[in-house]
Amino acid sequence: MIKRLPRVVFTFSTTTDVMALEGLCRERGMPGRVIPVPGAITADCGLAWCAEPEQEAALLALLEGEEISFQGVYHLLI
Amino acid sequence: MIYFDNAATTLQKPEAVVRAVQHALGSFGNPGRGVHGAAMEAARTVYDTRCALAELFHGEGPSRIAFTANATEGLNIAIKGILNPGDHVITTALEHNSVLRPLYELERLGVALTILPADDRGRVRYADFEAAIRGNTRAIVCTHGSNLTGNLVDMERLGAITKAHGLLLVVDASQTAGVFPIDVQESGIDILCFTGHKSLLGPQGTGGLYVREGVTVRPLLSGGSGILSHSKTHPAQMPTALEAGTLNAHGLAGLNAGVRFLLETGLDTLREKSLDLMWAFYAGVRQIPGVTVYGDFSRRNRCPIVSLNVRDYDSSQVSDALFSQYGIATRPGAHCAPLLHDALGTGNQGAVRFSFSHHNTIEEINMAISAIGEIAEEE
Repeated sequence: MIKRLPRVVFTFSTTTDVMALEGLCRERGMPGRVIPVPGAITADCGLAWCAEPEQEAALLALLEGEEISFQGVYHLLI
Repeated sequence: MIYFDNAATTLQKPEAVVRAVQHALGSFGNPGRGVHGAAMEAARTVYDTRCALAELFHGEGPSRIAFTANATEGLNIAIKGILNPGDHVITTALEHNSVLRPLYELERLGVALTILPADDRGRVRYADFEAAIRGNTRAIVCTHGSNLTGNLVDMERLGAITKAHGLLLVVDASQTAGVFPIDVQESGIDILCFTGHKSLLGPQGTGGLYVREGVTVRPLLSGGSGILSHSKTHPAQMPTALEAGTLNAHGLAGLNAGVRFLLETGLDTLREKSLDLMWAFYAGVRQIPGVTVYGDFSRRNRCPIVSLNVRDYDSSQVSDALFSQYGIATRPGAHCAPLLHDALGTGNQGAVRFSFSHHNTIEEINMAISAIGEIAEEE
C-alpha cells in the first residue's frame, strides 16, 4: 500500500527550473524532493517539486527571490 | 608524440574530465525523463553544466544554454532558426564551412548573403560590416577567431554595430571559448555557438549555444523533450526548445569538469602559457628561409595557432613528414575554410596548422622549429 500524505507540489515549464529549485533547496537545507508530476494535475514539465505543506511560504519566497518561474502550486494527498 | 593539433581537438584533458565521464557511464540514467536516482544524477549534472557555461560566458542564466553535439550543430540551429527568405545576412571570408554551408543552403532558399572579404593576412575591415547593412539585414554571423590563421575578430565592435542597427549577432566561438573571456551581455552577442572538445577541455560530441533572453530561435529538430508530452508541437521554452531527444549527459559530465577546471584555474593563466609557446614558435619559424607564415601577428592576443607552408611543398606532405619522421602531430590541408585559403593564396597548397595548448612545453616548440628547419633545407 502507498501511504498518502498531504503535500505541496510546485510545477514548472522546464526541467531546468526544477533543477534550479532543487539545487537551491539543497544549498539551504530546505526539505523536499523532485517527484514525477502526479496524475491529478497537469504541467508542462514531467518533474515537480514536492515538500511538506508548511514549506510553501518559504518556497514561494525562494522562487520569487531567485526569479525561478513556476507554473502552479497544488495541495495534494500523495 | 608531440601534439600540436589542439585547434582540432585538445588531446590532454584534466584528470577530472576523464573521471567525470567514467563515473557518468557507470551511474547516469536519462536526464529529465524520470526521478529515480540515476535519472536525477544525470539531470543534476546537466543542469550544473548549464550553470558553469552561463557563468563562463556571463549569460543571463542556465536556461539560456542549450546543448548540441558540436559547434556545427549549434551554428545550423542558430542560422536556420533566425533567418527567413527575404532576409539579408552578412558574414565573412574567415568563416568555417559550419557557417558557410548553412548560409549557402539558405541562399538557395531566398536569403540574401553578403560575404565580406579578407585581405592577404586574413583580416576583415570593420567598416565593411556597416557598409554592407541593408534595410532587410537580419544578422551578422561571424567567427570570433579564425581556425586557420588564429586572427581574432573584435566582438565588442561587432556588437556595437549590430546593436546600433537592430541586428542579431551570431558568433562562432569554436576556437575562442575557453581561451578568451567572453561576456555575451557586454559584447552584445545574441547567439554564441561553442564546441566542448577544444579549449573547453570536454569530450567530443558536446557543444551548444547561448541564446540571449528575448531572442527566439526556430528549432531545427523536434521530438522527445521530457516535458509537454501530449502537445503536438515541440516545447518553446529554452533550453528544451533547442534540445530534442536525449542529451549526451555522459559527455556533458566531462564538459562540466572541463569548464569547472577553467573557472577554477582561470583562463588568463592557461592562455598566457599557450600564447607564450605560440609566440616562441612563430619567432623561430618565421626566420627560416622557405617558410611562409599566414595571418596577422601584429597583436599579442590571438588564438594560439600558427599556420605555415614550407617552400612549394604540399601541406599534406609536410604534415606527414612531421609526424612520420619527428612524431609531431599537425593538421594540413584546407581546414574547412575555403574562402580564407583563397584570400591567403593557399587554395591549392593548403597550410600546415600548428595549434598549441597549455600542456605543450618549450622543449616541444624547439623540436618543432628544428624539424621545420630541416624540412625547409634546400636539397
